[in-house]
Amino acid sequence: MSEISLQRVRAVVGKELREYRRNRSLLAGMTIIPLVFVITPLIQAFTATPDDLRDGNWLVYMLGIPAVVPTVIAAYAVVGERQQGTLEPVLTTPVSRDELLLGKALAALAPSMVVAYAVFALVVAVIDLFANPSSATALLRGPTILAQVVFTPLVAAWSIWIGIAISARASDIRVAQQVGILVSLPSFAVALLVALNVIPANLTTAGLLAAALVGLNVLGWKVSASLFDPERLITT
Amino acid sequence: MPPENDGVPKRCCSPAVSVDGLGKRFGDRTAFEDVSFEVAPGEVFGFLGPNGAGKTTMVRTLGTLLAPTAGSATVAGLALEPDNGVRIRRRIAIMPESPGLYTRLSVAENLAYFAGLYEMSDPAGRIGKALAAVSLTDRANDLCGALSKGLRQRVSLARALLTEPQVLFLDEPTAGLDPVAAHDVHGLLDRLRDRGVTVFLTTHRLEEAERLCDRVAILNTTLRVIGRPDELRDRLFAKTLLVTTRHRLDQPDLVFTGLPGVQTWRNEGPNHYLLTVTDLTLAAPAVTRALVAAEADVLSISEAPHTLEDIYLHLIDPTTTGTDGEEAR
Repeated sequence: MSEISLQRVRAVVGKELREYRRNRSLLAGMTIIPLVFVITPLIQAFTATPDDLRDGNWLVYMLGIPAVVPTVIAAYAVVGERQQGTLEPVLTTPVSRDELLLGKALAALAPSMVVAYAVFALVVAVIDLFANPSSATALLRGPTILAQVVFTPLVAAWSIWIGIAISARASDIRVAQQVGILVSLPSFAVALLVALNVIPANLTTAGLLAAALVGLNVLGWKVSASLFDPERLITT
Repeated sequence: MPPENDGVPKRCCSPAVSVDGLGKRFGDRTAFEDVSFEVAPGEVFGFLGPNGAGKTTMVRTLGTLLAPTAGSATVAGLALEPDNGVRIRRRIAIMPESPGLYTRLSVAENLAYFAGLYEMSDPAGRIGKALAAVSLTDRANDLCGALSKGLRQRVSLARALLTEPQVLFLDEPTAGLDPVAAHDVHGLLDRLRDRGVTVFLTTHRLEEAERLCDRVAILNTTLRVIGRPDELRDRLFAKTLLVTTRHRLDQPDLVFTGLPGVQTWRNEGPNHYLLTVTDLTLAAPAVTRALVAAEADVLSISEAPHTLEDIYLHLIDPTTTGTDGEEAR
């Protein structure tokens, strides 16, 4: 891997964030998708008995946000540039493939984490303030909240590499986003199995899943980089 | 080796671009092959050819975006090799045919992004200079998506000028522009020439190439010809004199046949005669004297012009002139 210039990575991150802020369809996706993952924990909080709530890990269900939202953003990363015709001018600069992809990944990670943490905090606050106190106690357990804090960036990063890899092969933004959501569902499925206690939620499971995600993220960067073939991207 | 007698301007320094037997294939398809030429520092070099001739692929190859499949080249003093990609890209700039601007960003934001990618120390100053060079200082805060095509092309040119490149590759810089916008780009290229920037220009506009370029090369997968436009005219076309009289000559054969320097003649309309000559300085006075002796009312005697378009058509579409083009190699 060539030496990474932080200044160039910063330039990519800054540009990407500016573009995201002004991309209405992307903002709409980042707003609507989290709502899907908020409904179930809230329904559970206000309808299930405290005993039932203790049997599951419903807040883990909200890891669906960092699983899906970043894919929608990252899927835009390469194919969006191709459709705008901006990829070729960028590739004529000294920026390296790794710098470009890292910048795009970090730019997708930042808003994804902000959205995931903000929505999670909001849900926790609503449950704490308005749910039955015993239900709130049963639902808002320290380890579950810690798991959300730790796993959000790991899941988001993995989804971002999936999104970038798909974006590097796709020829249309919508198709890339749809395929990206589809491919990110297994991550959400694992979170769902933990939420339903099918996969036991304990320290060992958390450690194994975290290690697996770290490995997948390293692999994801390498796979995305190998799929990012400038020659193919500017000639097809 | 480059073709002999290709008219490379003799300069003190090594070439800005030197290409030797370069080729690029995409699978079974050949984009270009066995291309050799040199571009001198400060030269404006025109690269012409029909659609699909390999011009854009050549620019992308020299710009390190595509890897050549044969031959070698040096660009801005560096060998065209994967290890030199970043160093070459620091010394050159490419303006692609499509402006390729981020339409949701302003003009200044677009340029700031590229200044960041080049790790410039004084981005604001460089952006200001580049915008001033294309007369867009007052549009710095406009969104690129709101600009006309001509203005976007100027922003794209400003982006290429940000780095003050040693070699500037311009791929169809006036494609799709109206005459006024194209004229502005021409003016800018003239100023770049005055500043000593080496410009590698691909274009379909032959009058543009004729006006702007020191030399031109015509590519159609292989390099067909290279040289100064006037040299190419001399090499490819016989010199001709066009005689126009007020009335048709009674016996033109008697007037034109056997004159010194005149090879053949033919009618080009009722009062027009096209004479193929070996030496204009010999033929023109002799023709004038013969016409006066024949009491012809002469309206004009002039050298028939051959434009770059004639050269281009002669080489690219031999059916238009009935002869095949001269190969550069």
